[in-house]
Amino acid sequence: MSAEFALVGPILAAMFAAATPLLFAALGEAVTEKSGVLNLGVEGMMLMGAVCGFAITVKTGSAPLGLLIAAGAGAAMGALFGVLTLLLLANQVATGLALTLFGVGLSALVGQGFVGIPLEGLPKLHIPVLSDLPVVGQAVFGQDLLVYLGIAAVPLVHLFLYRTRAGLVLRAVGENHHAAHALGYKVIRIRFLAVMFGGAMSGLGGAFLSMDYTPMWAENITAGRGWIALALVVFATWKPVRVMLGAWLFGGVTIAQLHVQGFGIDIPSQILSMLPYLATVLVLVLISRDVARIRLNAPACLGKLFHPDS
Amino acid sequence: MSLIRLEPRGQASKAMVYATPLLAVALTLLSGFILFLLLGFDPVKALHAFFIDPVSSKRGIGELIVKATPLVLCAVGLAIGFRANVWNIGAEGQLTMGAIAGGGLALAFYGEGGWWLLPLMVIGGAAGGMAWAAIPAYLRIRFNASEILTSLMLTYVALLALNYLVHGPYRDPDGFAFPESRLFEADAVMPILWSGTRVHLGTAFALFAVAAGWVLIARTFIGFQIKVIGLTPAAAGYAGFDQKRIIWLSLLLSGGLAGIAGMGEIAGPIGQITPSVSPGYGFTAIIVAFLGRLHPVGILLAALLMALSFIGGEAAQIAMGLPKAITGVFQGMLLFFLLACDVLIRYRVRIGARRAVA
Amino acid sequence: MNRRTMGKTLLGLAGAAAIALSVGTAAAQDKLKVGFVYVGPISDHGYSYQHDQGRLAVEKQLGDKVTTTYVENVPEGADAERVIEQLAASGHKLIFTTSFGFMNPTLKVAQRYPDVKFEHATGYKRAANVATYSARFYEGRTVIGAIVGKMTKSNVIGYIGSFPIPEVVSGINAFTIALREQNPKAEVRVVWVNSWYDPGKEAEAAKALIDQGADVIVQHTDSPAPVQTAQERGLWSVGQSSDMTRFGPKSHLTAIVDDWNGYYVDRVKAVLDGTWKSVDTWGGFKDKMLFLAPYNPAIPADVVALADTIKADIMSGKRHSFQGPVKDQSGKVVIPEGKTATDEQILKMDWYVEGVQGKVPK
Repeated sequence: MSAEFALVGPILAAMFAAATPLLFAALGEAVTEKSGVLNLGVEGMMLMGAVCGFAITVKTGSAPLGLLIAAGAGAAMGALFGVLTLLLLANQVATGLALTLFGVGLSALVGQGFVGIPLEGLPKLHIPVLSDLPVVGQAVFGQDLLVYLGIAAVPLVHLFLYRTRAGLVLRAVGENHHAAHALGYKVIRIRFLAVMFGGAMSGLGGAFLSMDYTPMWAENITAGRGWIALALVVFATWKPVRVMLGAWLFGGVTIAQLHVQGFGIDIPSQILSMLPYLATVLVLVLISRDVARIRLNAPACLGKLFHPDS
Repeated sequence: MSLIRLEPRGQASKAMVYATPLLAVALTLLSGFILFLLLGFDPVKALHAFFIDPVSSKRGIGELIVKATPLVLCAVGLAIGFRANVWNIGAEGQLTMGAIAGGGLALAFYGEGGWWLLPLMVIGGAAGGMAWAAIPAYLRIRFNASEILTSLMLTYVALLALNYLVHGPYRDPDGFAFPESRLFEADAVMPILWSGTRVHLGTAFALFAVAAGWVLIARTFIGFQIKVIGLTPAAAGYAGFDQKRIIWLSLLLSGGLAGIAGMGEIAGPIGQITPSVSPGYGFTAIIVAFLGRLHPVGILLAALLMALSFIGGEAAQIAMGLPKAITGVFQGMLLFFLLACDVLIRYRVRIGARRAVA
Repeated sequence: MNRRTMGKTLLGLAGAAAIALSVGTAAAQDKLKVGFVYVGPISDHGYSYQHDQGRLAVEKQLGDKVTTTYVENVPEGADAERVIEQLAASGHKLIFTTSFGFMNPTLKVAQRYPDVKFEHATGYKRAANVATYSARFYEGRTVIGAIVGKMTKSNVIGYIGSFPIPEVVSGINAFTIALREQNPKAEVRVVWVNSWYDPGKEAEAAKALIDQGADVIVQHTDSPAPVQTAQERGLWSVGQSSDMTRFGPKSHLTAIVDDWNGYYVDRVKAVLDGTWKSVDTWGGFKDKMLFLAPYNPAIPADVVALADTIKADIMSGKRHSFQGPVKDQSGKVVIPEGKTATDEQILKMDWYVEGVQGKVPK
């Protein structure tokens, strides 16, 4: 085995972990968008999840409670967005951006007393024999528990959206809210729940960063990952499995370019750092060529305001 | 049945168009008062520092204009795209490319400039922004790739490209290898329009963009097509409007304006190429576009208000040590109120149970 | 002016509160107002945090004679000039601008406010009322190079860089020279994350370097994430900017800590005494502008002794971080035997010494 091949396992292991915050946030946003609501405030919701999860874990010593509160904080931010856009019919694009601005500020405010405090990360899976297998051992059987939770959420969200009645209703609301309303479905209530679910997942994505990946709180700890998650939803054409593949692609290229730098290859680091973004665009172009299929998948009412009487 | 509900007005209320921003500001002042009080700051002093101090001197008003200029330039272009359902969210990258292209010209002709250099830089800046916006336009039309993703991803690429250039080819040869270009020569610097302030020629471009944007939307056939495509894409198809042309037009226009904004920053208040040309103007401009209700004049006012809230945050830090984090929270609240109050334009609030429809 | 009258009305509404306020500020008038401009949040527990510690030291020691103001998170673009001018215009007579990107804005404002004194960190342009100051961070990197040279087993050192500026490049070189003096077989692998503070990216860079065989992680970025990663993998690490021991007690060998307290107090005193002059201060261990965080108890006594000797020699001038012969990557002698690098050579450094993998990104 050559030295480069020996790195495949570690690169895969790092890739799954790097993809996890993106995966949580993007899965949640995919459900939100499927219901017809475009929430650009993912970054702000992730930050609130990150700071609340961290703070609760430090205060109580209970990581599960921290995760729960992180999801709750994200959901609360989602609810705020819901009040503004669903009840008060504020523009979704602008409100989402404002939510990010608000979340950046509020998380910094909440986190003031929690900077510079260390925290033990969450436990890692370790299965004797399997975790020690070459190449795949660490990558497949030695990850943090949240990494598995993120992957497990993919089939669950898929099954919910495409195999349950509730999922069908949610998609119908996103497809044509007037028709869904006429059929007697509570459009606003369903969207509210979808937005809160999106917020909760973003909160968990943020908490993965602050409680597990780099267990600490710092202002802006998400460093723009919320935006990447938003792009991944578009990349995935709103399909959960593709969200996962997109997150792995982005995470994988990110890790790989760091390895290339470590080998001392003579390409400026800034050019190498462009690769994850360029790779995402390139793959999107390759998979977008089938026009009809994308049209079928994009929620027709995405971003449109709904009022039962108009 | 809830006690408070919204009832659609038959027609948008003209009065509310002007009244809602005032209502929103009043609500912001009220909730800001409570917020600052709760956090232990003198609320009167804080609100004064936020909204009055920054504009109570000539220099302050000049700074407000300087800060609003790139926001207006970016937002006017974006608004035209948003009206046509073209979701360019990469104005930040186009702005950066404008700075890279326009600034590159200033450096290329360093020491041999003339009166022609600045006009050339303006063209270069616009071309840089347009070229960067042309990529999402082409990918959308040719490959059906969503411009939301491509324009956002290209923003990161542009920022890294700028970073590479200031560490390499653009670096000041006498600058101790620090990542900054030389200071531009006088020929490559925007003239100051209002002496004693930093208000520069870019502001004139911004005002021109407002006027031209208004004419385009309200008075031309293209503006009409944009409106129709935005409201009912299907109808636009029947009418034979060329959607591809509108995509090209709106992306090139917003890219070009963002490029000029970026060029204006480096040739104006900054005076050289630095690794951080913009503190996120391209993203803030998206909010500005919607706050201004996608109308050029509204955008002008919204940009001034946004600029004031940024400068006010600094002033409050200096005057009373208000942490930056509180500024963000306060700004978020201001935006929430502004966006939410707009509901009153099209709906009236009814209290009590719904009356039976006659 | 319309807006002004509007403002007066608003104030008038608050009546008594406003009057109480103006009385409160009158008493503070006689004190010297000192302003600080930070590029990051003071809560970063790194670069801006250390500068703010300096501000707090000034408050503590001279609180009866000065008041201090800070502005955090100031972007290094068009906004910097406004913030600096705002401080000057509001009566601050001494202003510290603490990041390189504030250099030209500081000079522009200084021209318009000749009676205000400015202090710019890490820059190279001065004026009658603009002084510059920085720390010889590379001296600290010489000491940690020696420690790491003794501690590494795999002879691969992972080095996480922020941006390829001379301060960081000269740090890599000083580190590598001392490293290979102790351990000629050791090599340094550099990964740039193009950020000063991004915990996630820094952790990913640390993982990549560890997976490539590094058993010590050195960082020139500000977050403790690389220390955490090294601790998780049971390897050594060296922190930066502030003491990061609590993020990896088993891993953290030491850290290079900036210390502006003494300098800031001295300069404020100089303004109070009327002895302030525009000077260039580039202080090292001797001037107490940097120090090393407490050594990890697991470092053997002979390595501690070696580190202490090197540090003492640097302070006494017996040793220089760039003592000839120093060869670049191609083997060419850049600093000949018997000479040491000039300050200008260090300030402009954009090449790697022998033993560093890869090229300096240009």
